[in-house]
Amino acid sequence: MAVMAEPVAVPERRGSLWSRAFESRNFLGAMFMVPAIAILVLFLAYPLALGLWLGMTDTKIGGVGRFIGFGNFVSLAKDSVFWLSVFNTIFYTVAASIVKFAIGLYLALLLNERLPFKSMIRAIVLLPFVVPTVLSAIAFWWIYDSQFSIISWVLIKAGLITRYIDFLGDPWNARWSVVAANIWRGVPFVAITLLAGLQTISPSLYEAANLDGATNLQRFRHITLPMLSPIIAVVMTFSVLMTFTDFQLIYTITRGGPINATHLMATLSFQRAITGGNLGEGAAISNAMIPFLVAAILLSFFGLQRSRWQQGGRD
Amino acid sequence: MSSVQIRDVRKSFGNFEVLHGVSIPIEDGQFVVLVGPSGCGKSTLLRMLAGLENITSGTISIGDRVVNNVQPKERDIAMVFQNYALYPHMTVGENMGFSLKLRNAGADEINKRVKRAAEILALTPLLERYPRQLSGGQRQRVAMGRAIVRDPQVFLFDEPLSNLDAKLRVAMRTEIKELHQRLKTTTVYVTHDQIEAMTMADKIVVMHDGIVEQMGTPLELYDKPENQFVAGFIGSPAMNFLKGHIRVNGVATFEGPNGVKLPLKSAPAASDGKPVVYGVRPEHFTLADDGADAEIVVVEPTGSETQVFAKVGGEQVVAVFRERHTFQPGDKVKLKPDPDVIHLFDQATGKRL
Repeated sequence: MAVMAEPVAVPERRGSLWSRAFESRNFLGAMFMVPAIAILVLFLAYPLALGLWLGMTDTKIGGVGRFIGFGNFVSLAKDSVFWLSVFNTIFYTVAASIVKFAIGLYLALLLNERLPFKSMIRAIVLLPFVVPTVLSAIAFWWIYDSQFSIISWVLIKAGLITRYIDFLGDPWNARWSVVAANIWRGVPFVAITLLAGLQTISPSLYEAANLDGATNLQRFRHITLPMLSPIIAVVMTFSVLMTFTDFQLIYTITRGGPINATHLMATLSFQRAITGGNLGEGAAISNAMIPFLVAAILLSFFGLQRSRWQQGGRD
Repeated sequence: MSSVQIRDVRKSFGNFEVLHGVSIPIEDGQFVVLVGPSGCGKSTLLRMLAGLENITSGTISIGDRVVNNVQPKERDIAMVFQNYALYPHMTVGENMGFSLKLRNAGADEINKRVKRAAEILALTPLLERYPRQLSGGQRQRVAMGRAIVRDPQVFLFDEPLSNLDAKLRVAMRTEIKELHQRLKTTTVYVTHDQIEAMTMADKIVVMHDGIVEQMGTPLELYDKPENQFVAGFIGSPAMNFLKGHIRVNGVATFEGPNGVKLPLKSAPAASDGKPVVYGVRPEHFTLADDGADAEIVVVEPTGSETQVFAKVGGEQVVAVFRERHTFQPGDKVKLKPDPDVIHLFDQATGKRL
């Protein structure tokens, strides 16, 4: 300890405004956020605002629209096709989501057991998720074809039916057919996510419940379900949002037919706006989806709030 | 309450046998500690007793009933897991009452029994909390509470204190022992900590590599270890071992490394020149003029006692003194084992002579 470091008065550095700005945490923080904000504004906020604006105009393709307030919504309210699409969308979402959850949970429970070739089966379960949606939709289109349907062919060969099933020609057949296609496509997401959730449950909880006298069913009811509920909330929110806004499957398989029986709000919006050229009306249909989506998000927001048992700390 | 009989139990995982025929009789109300280094099979044996692992061969009976093929939930046992395995989505009270609820006990009955257990364990103010809001020691008590509520034939503990800090561990040790004295339920307790075993057990079972090395009361194991493994495992600091031979010419002595001579009370018959291991506990050394030459290496005072590491005949030994000494490293002293309490083991088999 020969020399103590003398506190020397450092002369205040007189850099340029620019170089001093780069030493400021706040300025730097703002700079780092600029790219993200730019992307969000350009690709999310602007299109959303434009859509909201368009919905209140009578814009047609090639023309400049004029502001008509809620005129589009007033006319949609009297449009039976629009209301049919609302019904179809809700039916499609509810039916597909319930079945996706049931099958997904079943598969997840199955894959969580000790099975031979487990990793291979897991990979196979993921397959529908990997195939591009439009390709699988085209495959379903063939499966549902009125003349070449493999389902009808098999059933006829098996002697169970005598005539080919008109999958896509009858309104209710068509609705159930697209729901089935959506289920096939959506199950892997639900199953794999729930499986991930199942694997976070400590095996010793099951052992403890086993010693406490729980049957298989009681273990599922008292351990698995409550422990899995946060994951279920997340996965079902995503599943509902994705199903509600579905477009590709419907547009590829039925284009909304027969007689608008499978038109979802998304496909109707596209048909009116792009095919029909009424950008304003199409935008209004899209905007009409917003309340439903907000409701779903709010529901999950409150459902997802961590339950009391998940919160740490003391009271 | 019940006795437990473990008879010639074996366990294999695939072709790999981890338990090679273990027999342990456990009397009604006894507190038995299975102790051994990790991998000795003690936890596997406990899990077999609980019914969480299959029994490859042999029998386990609880009371008069062979339970080899009885489901865990029908065995009437309660287990405290190392990680406590509390149900995170249930309050302390719900955790403790869960087994009763599964048995369709009435709300009053559940309430009464949970309350009683909570009083025993001083958990009453915590009944509405969730496990996440508890400290390690409180969780440990809830896990025990869950076991007590059941009023089972047998309590099983699987290293229940290993997740607690040292101070809490000592406190919980006393608490568990006190609990056992109060409830008198047959208890099987697994640990790798010989101090836990010594302080809590009515009977200690020392296991090693899938066999029982020795069983007996804590002091039997301390005073008369049947082999070198038990001698080294029980006691802290561990027993010192010196290799050498017995010399009998007039008086029996032990001749250790580099000609070190250590006293023997008597030699086993016809044992002149026999290669043996001389075992002496650290607390059985005294400073005496006729002791063996030793050079101090390290001195560790703990306050209540002083641990002295020294070289005897080139081998390092540890001695523990109750009185305070101001040794410095390098000091020469004379250490003498108490010949009444030394242990001799066969060099080849490790068996006590």
